[in-house]
Amino acid sequence: MSMAFANDGSERADTPILEVHELTIGLPSGGDRSSAVQKVSFSVGRGEIVCLVGESGSGKSVIAQSVMGLLPKSLPVKSGRILLQGEDITHASQARLRELRATRMSMIFQEPMTALNPVMTCGDQIDEVLAEHTSLSASERRAKVRSIISEVLLPDPDRIIASYPHQLSGGQRQRIVIAIALVLDPVLLIADEPTTALDVTTQAQILRLILELQKNHGTGVLFITHDFGVVAEVANRVAVLRLGDLVEIGPRDDVLKRPRHAYTRMLMSAVPKLEVIERAEVPGAPVVLEVAGLDKTYFSKRWLGPDRNVVAATDVSFSIRRGRTLGIVGESGSGKSTVARCIVRLIDPTGGAVLLSGDDIATKSSSALHAVRKRVQIVFQDPYRSLNPRRTVAEAMIEGPMNFGLGRTEALARARNLIELVRMPASSLDRYPHQFSGGQRQRICIARALAMEPELLVADEAVSALDVSVQAQVLTLLADIRERLNLAMLFITHDLRVAAQVCDDVAVMSKGRMVEYGTATQVFTAPRHEYTRALFDAAPGRGFDFGVAA
Amino acid sequence: MATSASPVPAAAPGAAAPDFEALSVESATVVVQPSLWQRVRRNGSVRLGGAVLLLLVAIALAAPWLGTVDPSLFDPASRDLLPGKSGEITTLEGETIEHTFRMGSDSFGRDIYSRVLYGTRVSLLVGLFTAVVAITFGTLLGLMAGYLRWLDGILMRVMDGLMSIPAILIAIALVAMWRGSLLTVVIAIAIPEIPRVTRMVRSLVLTIREEPYVEAAISLGTPTWKIMLRHILPNTVAPLIVQGTFICASGILVEAILSFLGVGLPPDIPTWGNVMAEGRSQFNEFPHNIFFPGIFLAVTVLAVNILGDGLRDTLDPKMAKRV
Repeated sequence: MSMAFANDGSERADTPILEVHELTIGLPSGGDRSSAVQKVSFSVGRGEIVCLVGESGSGKSVIAQSVMGLLPKSLPVKSGRILLQGEDITHASQARLRELRATRMSMIFQEPMTALNPVMTCGDQIDEVLAEHTSLSASERRAKVRSIISEVLLPDPDRIIASYPHQLSGGQRQRIVIAIALVLDPVLLIADEPTTALDVTTQAQILRLILELQKNHGTGVLFITHDFGVVAEVANRVAVLRLGDLVEIGPRDDVLKRPRHAYTRMLMSAVPKLEVIERAEVPGAPVVLEVAGLDKTYFSKRWLGPDRNVVAATDVSFSIRRGRTLGIVGESGSGKSTVARCIVRLIDPTGGAVLLSGDDIATKSSSALHAVRKRVQIVFQDPYRSLNPRRTVAEAMIEGPMNFGLGRTEALARARNLIELVRMPASSLDRYPHQFSGGQRQRICIARALAMEPELLVADEAVSALDVSVQAQVLTLLADIRERLNLAMLFITHDLRVAAQVCDDVAVMSKGRMVEYGTATQVFTAPRHEYTRALFDAAPGRGFDFGVAA
Repeated sequence: MATSASPVPAAAPGAAAPDFEALSVESATVVVQPSLWQRVRRNGSVRLGGAVLLLLVAIALAAPWLGTVDPSLFDPASRDLLPGKSGEITTLEGETIEHTFRMGSDSFGRDIYSRVLYGTRVSLLVGLFTAVVAITFGTLLGLMAGYLRWLDGILMRVMDGLMSIPAILIAIALVAMWRGSLLTVVIAIAIPEIPRVTRMVRSLVLTIREEPYVEAAISLGTPTWKIMLRHILPNTVAPLIVQGTFICASGILVEAILSFLGVGLPPDIPTWGNVMAEGRSQFNEFPHNIFFPGIFLAVTVLAVNILGDGLRDTLDPKMAKRV
């Protein structure tokens, strides 16, 4: 599709759209290294998708910002050049950059809600770009807005044009952001983790949309992500960053299947496989947790108007035997966390039974609950908020056992054993949480839960916030602990790959209901419910064989 | 494409399983942030405001040795002297001594310099105690409102009621009810501040109680009172310190206003408000009566506010990111 106001055709056919040459960007003093990225060189050709991958702190977003001229003053470009269609924009003036943005290069962001202006309608936000950069009349602009909205496959353009961002779903908002980015047909699109905040089925749709638009317009795309499944889906070429160094770049299949660099090899082997690891069931293991017909409805009484009831989970039933792991898989809002929190009794279920070794804890009063608390422990998603910043690791770890009458010295001895079990040095005990990284904190949280010697460990998205290599370490640790302590584990996750790695049984939840429940092998190889099948179809990089070819 | 030099060597083909721990980005990027105290000490506003306040505290403590006389002494022979003039003043023992009136004297022949310096004691004490009283009670009520849901409605409606009356009116009414003394003035100034602290603490508690570490403590079987003391209270300290400085500044101001209106501390007690009230009637002829205590009042309140701004910049994590 060609557009009347497309770029002026100054590029030659063989010139890459974007060239980054020996780019070095400084960091403010006091950081952990002297520069955010060092001597990074790569290029993006016409109609090509180049994925920049790396773990957090690798400098991938900094590169995107430097191309767009959005770097904060504290991160100066120290050396190197950035060429957009041959034009050096490394030190371009703000006025020139403003001209280039939207017309020649544009960017889409991770969180569509914050990328859009909440007090402007979506139509006005697209129109604003046209009014700023073109001399089209109001009616021509209106037609253009309608055409781009139908191009990003949004239904009912009139309604969308008049809608405010909060009235749309996350996926629809991201489509609006893409429409704004592509309305002037730029030659370069920078996508900074554009699907990270979306559910897996929405993510699949957005990825398909980006691929289609990119093919139709011949746009060069610099795609930033940490998710190797996504890389496998979209990339032509892949560049791997580690701590600001570009360690490897090459065609997708070379990098993902035959990585040369040690770091890339490590990353590839850390990507969890979508294949179920089968473990033999121990015959006669007692049932630790049995949940029968669990309901949770939120009632909110209002002064004016009718009461509002929100059903978060309904009729959920499953059981876990000792030494086994049950995974609850689902998208956001499916009610999987609600179930976990009902079982730990952080919230009170409104119906059904939660039998812990035959003892119903669903309706126990808070005083009767005290004795049960130590038998069920939970590990949360966010390692940065799971530990009180004002208390040392030792204080966090002895708190629980001391609540149940253990003496301080015994509790400390137990803490010392456990901190070694999660492979942290004993000296960690005297330190505060801010001195540890996310993965280390998650280990501490696991140790804190284990200090109670629970029968059931609930992991609520416990590895979702972690980088892939750290995630692999924590998953190994959890598997190891389950073997050693013969725990029952309830594992809540939205990530099918992670579920395949750790779960013996899997329950799939959607809209508060359990739609499928069976052994992991059964659910993964022969899903019965159509939602489960849709979920598997949407998993990025499905069927792609990561890793080190032997 | 060129690959740049990297600290990690390229692996030999067919190498064994990679070492996650050594290669992980995370193991290389753990940054130990400077402690809170270090950041507070490095802040320019904290240093400036703190230095001025320390100087004022020193002046208040050392007032007797800074060439002052007893601030209640007067001498009709030395009335309405201009700053820097010498005159005589009668001590409590009845002796008449020569004295230099550095800031002049008032219409009773009292030494303004001595009264202003001794007044520093009153102002700083009132500011400090007001903040302490308001923060203590406000925190207690806020914790209860935030954590005990059944108490929340009742308590917050009372606070709303209290906030609907102008602070200065409550203070005047309370002092009028009791006799003006340091204690009653402090309480009268602190009471209208309590609802604001209560509201702030309540909203902090409502946020913090949703934090996973509080939920973790619940599942560890920690009793409610321990959760409040160990997990919630310590995490409200930083914003409370900041709020405390602003209450302190406002307390100093309100005390001066009450004294100026003649409803604060008795006129014979040297406070900046009293000195200014005394000088008000002759402002046209002798502006220095109001000028000197006014300068002290302004500098003190400014210093406390600058200190508070600096503390907010360093203690509030949202602000810290912006700077």
